[in-house]
Amino acid sequence: MSKTSRTSITMPAQAKKGAIIEIRAIAQHDMESGFRYTEGGKSIPRDIIRIFTCSYNNTEIFKADFYPGIGANPLIIFTTIATESGTLEFKWVGDDGYEASNQARITVT
Amino acid sequence: MNLSKTINRRQWLLRIQQIGIIAVGVCLSPLTVFAKKEEADSAIKEITGGAPIRDGRVKLVIPPLVENGNLVVLNVSVDSPMTANNYVKVIHVIAEGNPLPHIFAAYLSPRSGTANITTRVRLADSQRVWAIAQMNDGSFWQGYAETLVTLSACTEMV
Repeated sequence: MSKTSRTSITMPAQAKKGAIIEIRAIAQHDMESGFRYTEGGKSIPRDIIRIFTCSYNNTEIFKADFYPGIGANPLIIFTTIATESGTLEFKWVGDDGYEASNQARITVT
Repeated sequence: MNLSKTINRRQWLLRIQQIGIIAVGVCLSPLTVFAKKEEADSAIKEITGGAPIRDGRVKLVIPPLVENGNLVVLNVSVDSPMTANNYVKVIHVIAEGNPLPHIFAAYLSPRSGTANITTRVRLADSQRVWAIAQMNDGSFWQGYAETLVTLSACTEMV
């Protein structure tokens, strides 16, 4: 069974060619670390997002590996150079068949 | 007889004092203070493959005092022009006091423009956090930041 959740992207919709733009990507996820126990002493299994990727017009420009040390609702802020108008696609892949994706358009002048 | 007994006791007291000084010295010696925890060491070795790491170029920013270790804003930046033949390939962040020291790895390219990543992490304890950057020429650089955590993450009950 595949899971998904809400995600959000914040980045400028327009940019000058060659400008550095900042992208904030956040996904709704508990990021269960696998180090916690219930009151009964049972260990809670690990359930986290493992990989985040960002592609700009189908070219991968950024990738990050997440481990249990990343907090709940993982937020990542990174930069890229605005090269051309097009679509940025964001993808999160995690445990237990978790998959989420989001898109954002940018107009480069 | 009486005299030798007092000398013995005096020597014994002196011996105790010496041992005490040595013990304090061991605790405060720079070797133990600057030694990274073993797990963090092996995590770093896994990343670098035993290659030497130089200090500098990497700047890690975390609040020096953290109230809740569950969400700590962490910013890491690397001094690099980010051109096609001189850029940062990977940034790793390692928290030596966490049960799993490796926190995240970010893969950059010349198209990143800058080597500046912000995210939110969990910290299990007051500790030193390391950032290790690998350049496109294969060299490793590192920086660190210390923090004090009053409420730790990871270990709480549900």
